Amino acid sequence: MKSTVPTLIATIVGVVLIVAFFVPATQSWSETAVDWFNILAGVAFILGGGNLIKVQLETISSRRPGWGYALVILVSFAIMLTVGLLKIGVPPAEQYPNHPWSGEYDAPASAFGWIFENVYNPLTSTMFALLAFYVASAAFRAFRAKNIEAMLLLGTAFIVLLGNTAIARLTDGIPDSLSFLRLDQVVANTMSYITTGAFRAITIGIAIGVAATALRVLLGIDRPYLGRT
Amino acid sequence: MSQSRKATIGWLVVFIFGAVGLAWNAFSQPRGFGMRYVTDSTTTYYEVKVSPPIGSIPKKPKDGEGAVAPKDRLVWVSSDSPDLEKSNVTRTSAEPISVTRTSSVPPIAAWAAAENGGKGPTGATYRFSVADTIGVWIAAFFTLAIFSFLWGDNPVYKFAESVVIGVSAAYWMVVAFWSTLVPKLAVPIAPIAMQWAVPGVDEERKVSVVLAVIPAILGVMLLFRLSSKLGWVSSWPLAFVVGTTAAIRLIAHVQADFLAQISNSMVPFVVSTNGRFDWGASLGNVVLVTGLLSVIVYFFFSLEHKGAVGKVARFGVWFLMIAFGAAFAFTVMGRITLLSERLEFLFNDWLWLIDPKGDHTVTTIVSNAAGLLATVF
Repeated sequence: MKSTVPTLIATIVGVVLIVAFFVPATQSWSETAVDWFNILAGVAFILGGGNLIKVQLETISSRRPGWGYALVILVSFAIMLTVGLLKIGVPPAEQYPNHPWSGEYDAPASAFGWIFENVYNPLTSTMFALLAFYVASAAFRAFRAKNIEAMLLLGTAFIVLLGNTAIARLTDGIPDSLSFLRLDQVVANTMSYITTGAFRAITIGIAIGVAATALRVLLGIDRPYLGRT
Repeated sequence: MSQSRKATIGWLVVFIFGAVGLAWNAFSQPRGFGMRYVTDSTTTYYEVKVSPPIGSIPKKPKDGEGAVAPKDRLVWVSSDSPDLEKSNVTRTSAEPISVTRTSSVPPIAAWAAAENGGKGPTGATYRFSVADTIGVWIAAFFTLAIFSFLWGDNPVYKFAESVVIGVSAAYWMVVAFWSTLVPKLAVPIAPIAMQWAVPGVDEERKVSVVLAVIPAILGVMLLFRLSSKLGWVSSWPLAFVVGTTAAIRLIAHVQADFLAQISNSMVPFVVSTNGRFDWGASLGNVVLVTGLLSVIVYFFFSLEHKGAVGKVARFGVWFLMIAFGAAFAFTVMGRITLLSERLEFLFNDWLWLIDPKGDHTVTTIVSNAAGLLATVF
């Protein structure tokens, strides 16, 4: 029962969705299944939150190194969750001023919106911005034009970077008859033809891989949902 | 001199430079820096009864037996709504409700308004916001805290990192709760009981209770993942999620990434534009198809990459290298854009160092510094 029922569930729901794609009369089955999927995805976030609390509380109670940071995680988690769930500072919706809870939970003037704008957004975007330094540093250390492949990679990266800067304007003087030699045109043609061809092949390969993996799951050959249990 | 000492001195110079810049800004900027302004707008709402227009046709429900005549509706409208003037709209005796909404104002607009008696273009009054001002300083602190990782792992960075973990986990939980669980789970199960959060929702249940409750049961089963003994219970909803994902991905990828990509690659090798041979587009299409086929050959591992196959595969590798080079360049550009946005936040939104109005002059610096000294002594 522990492995048969989950396998049946995965197979049946998968087959139903595929049938619903081809048979218009069963379209609503697909919509229902997708709604349930979204609900379970929502519950998965609660599960993730619960797991976060469990792990951090274990760290704090056993006074492991860095337990103070676990406390910071829990406090920031609790504050954000409370203001978001309780819609603190959210004005009511235009149509329902008599329902204080009717406004959008992420209204900019709300406490949730304030934390998003002044804490979450600066933190995440700065973390991604930080990667600019590490990408540049890694590229400087790793990229060496030792062979044709490396030269093509480096040369293309260099041209595409230059072509998207003001330096590209230096080639505006090239006559119209030779306009394909202008830097912005070189970049556009590289992206339209060479890069598109290569990435299209990768995309087709990924699609074949996804189809094969999905079929293995639907046929019960791969059963990742059984996990550790 | 050791490497770490050199780094310490280097960062010290940077921080001193930053502090001098801050002081310069504080003295030279007549309006200071790091402040936020907002505008409040208060709207009054009246409850009104909307009668159906004379001659309205009775509506027949989809699965009902008899036709139902349109009824009066009670709705709330704002005091400036033209609906109040309509003949079929009458105010009820309910007390009007006033709602104040606050929105941010760019500092430059607030200064311009201050010069015009504090009134903005729409007549709204701009005011200094303590909450938003604290917010911009906190945002600046966290931005610098993350940047401090460039120096090395440090407690300030770890603090910011912990905050981002806690806040982002809660953020996605709240989003899932209000945008998925309430409208898709709670409302179908109890539409009337959920009116407090989602008013105006159709009071009649659209789906049967059984269909509405099944995902709730699966959701509760999913939470058993946290239990070490009953963890196996969660494999049922997980199987549902995996089966659904597999089917959706199978259909989507075969349709959009396999068939559509092949279809889009069926391009003519001879292109004519305005009746003339377009050698640029023709050559481009030849290159596109050649690249596509050669890269596919490279990824075809059932044949040994020797002889003609090996040469075509090598050609495919060249195409891949060009594609990866372009992708790398775009990744770098994306990160640099984010970096410039963060620097723009620090220098413009927080420090107001960017000076489009030309406020930073030697005269203002001297007069502000003199004013400060006079205040202190």
